[in-house]
Amino acid sequence: MADSTNSNGGVAVVDEQVADERDAAVGASSSGRDFRPTLGAAQIDQQEDTIEDVAVQIDDVGLWYGAKKAIEGVSLDVQRHEITALIGPSGCGKSTLLRCINRMNELIPGVRIEGQIRVDGDPLYGSDVDPVEVRRAVGMVFQKPNPFPKSIYENVAFGARINGYKGNMDELVERSLRQAALWDEVKDQLKESGLALSGGQQQRLCIARAIAVQPEVILMDEPCSALDPIATQRIEDLMQELAADYTIVIVTHNMQQAARVSNRTAFMLAEEDLVGRLVEYGRTDQLFTSPNDSRTEDYITGRFG
Amino acid sequence: MATGTPAIDGSGASARFKRSRSRHLFEQLIGLSLFACAAVTVVTTVGIVAILLAEGLTFFTEISPLEFFTGTRWTPLFQSAGFGVLPLVNGTLIVALGASLVALPVGTLAAIYLSEYASPQIRSIIKPVLEVLAGIPTIVFGYFALTFITPFLKDTIFPEIGVFNALSGMIVVGIMTIPMVSSISDDSMRAVPQELREAAYGVGATKFEVVTRVTFPAALSGIVASYILAISRAIGETMAVTLAVGATPRMGFDILDSFQTMTAYIVNVSLGDTPQGTTEFRTIFAVALTLFAMTLLMNLISARVVQRYRERYE
Ligand SMILES: Nc1ncnc2c1ncn2[C@@H]1O[C@H](COP(=O)(O)OP(=O)(O)OP(=O)(O)O)[C@@H](O)[C@H]1O
Ligand SMILES: [Mg+2]
Repeated sequence: MADSTNSNGGVAVVDEQVADERDAAVGASSSGRDFRPTLGAAQIDQQEDTIEDVAVQIDDVGLWYGAKKAIEGVSLDVQRHEITALIGPSGCGKSTLLRCINRMNELIPGVRIEGQIRVDGDPLYGSDVDPVEVRRAVGMVFQKPNPFPKSIYENVAFGARINGYKGNMDELVERSLRQAALWDEVKDQLKESGLALSGGQQQRLCIARAIAVQPEVILMDEPCSALDPIATQRIEDLMQELAADYTIVIVTHNMQQAARVSNRTAFMLAEEDLVGRLVEYGRTDQLFTSPNDSRTEDYITGRFG
Repeated sequence: MATGTPAIDGSGASARFKRSRSRHLFEQLIGLSLFACAAVTVVTTVGIVAILLAEGLTFFTEISPLEFFTGTRWTPLFQSAGFGVLPLVNGTLIVALGASLVALPVGTLAAIYLSEYASPQIRSIIKPVLEVLAGIPTIVFGYFALTFITPFLKDTIFPEIGVFNALSGMIVVGIMTIPMVSSISDDSMRAVPQELREAAYGVGATKFEVVTRVTFPAALSGIVASYILAISRAIGETMAVTLAVGATPRMGFDILDSFQTMTAYIVNVSLGDTPQGTTEFRTIFAVALTLFAMTLLMNLISARVVQRYRERYE
């Protein structure tokens, strides 16, 4: 079961703390709940309000693609059961940062990561952490809808099956599809291919697939960029509903979208050295109305990027 | 080519847009010569099929198709001539089946390794080696079977094995067809979009689960197509089996013994002193026609499968 990506090596272990035993299939309710990491002063120094219940703690994360440094020194805390948006110009490292949260970057040869990320206080990086377990707890929805060339039912059941889910699979599939607001549209065609659905339906199917493994955190990388405005609206509504049960981190290019759906927003920027850094992080309303940093203001007023 | 130009009011073009005669001629010449090259392939194919059909049909006016396709005695050059092709078909199918048992599993696993597990460096070594394997003349494989595999089998596992035997032919034809299976299967697995793998990793799949439940099934039609092409190649394989398997047309399944395949028979008669224009000589066209029908069928099936595979991720 050793993950292939170990060959990339070089994952810096900032925190030697042993990962808590985590029950893969169990969701948000279990371990680490009372563990409150202390907030570093630098992490949210530009805002007054603090984060009471940290679900994901990103601590001084940097990443290299081979010899090229893509992001550096990113630290931020993600509030539980909120939607946190990552915005910034193309190439500033939003996707890179997002994919660090479920160790997806390691599938790319030559990637090296420093720093630490914790979910409920449990470190995601370390020699004894299994990325497979990390990805079970931190699900992902991709930019382009990517259902498997399998039936709708099998798409949703996939994660549960490989995780050895013992419960009633029909119920799980129905529940996940209902949560993804797709059930009514597909309940009579569960045996048909997931590829037969429209783009927006495929994306909701991918959301259903992600929540069927009952993750704690769901990462979404521009989940609406391939969709029309009506399908986008549905996904946005869905995200807000899901935020009741899941912690959501979303990358978006669309600032209206970030303003509409997110509770907090992080603005990233890659300046002359092309290394992405976090410029400003705060409550979405505050960041959009009275940003602290002039670069943030330039960006949200469309002066560059 | 230029005939579809609409004439709006019949007036000629102004100097600015005037068609250049020499350029037009040049374009037509290019088109014609390219067509001629394409035509050569079609004409040869049609010619070969026509000769096969003509000679084969003449043969079937002399020997009944019923005897040919159901008879189990193949002794066309003997006094008591038997014209049942089944012993040759038997030899061909036995070798093809045995070769598949070698090539399909090894080729598939090699493809999985290459596309999913191998690092770029290792891949850049193994791929060319497989291509070299595919480029070795088949007669070399025949000698390899005759002078290495058979003696090796005799010394180790099967002391009773004949000088010519089906087993060494199976092994050597299997080795020959591994590159075909592995390279086409590798291509079709690499054609599976990375997003699908990431989707599987994203719900906590291990590498093995990604390969067995996502990549392999998604590439299955390409993989099956490679199987069919490999079997078809094994059926048509000639020099290696002529050398390794021998020239004894027979029914039965004793792979330690000599058989004769359809291709090996054709070689023997072509090189022998059977006078042209006789029924005995025409047997090779009847056999070739049968062989052609078999491989054509396989290739048609594989074309269908590949077609399906193209539509796969749309
Ligand atoms: N697989 C990769 N190999 C090498 N460099 C990469 C790779 N992926 C991204 N990069 C580089 O890392 C930097 C950050 O890329 P990333 O995809 O994270 O940006 P992004 O903010 O998501 O941009 P976009 O808004 O266009 O999606 C870019 O300079 C990009 O060229
Ligand atoms: Mg991106």
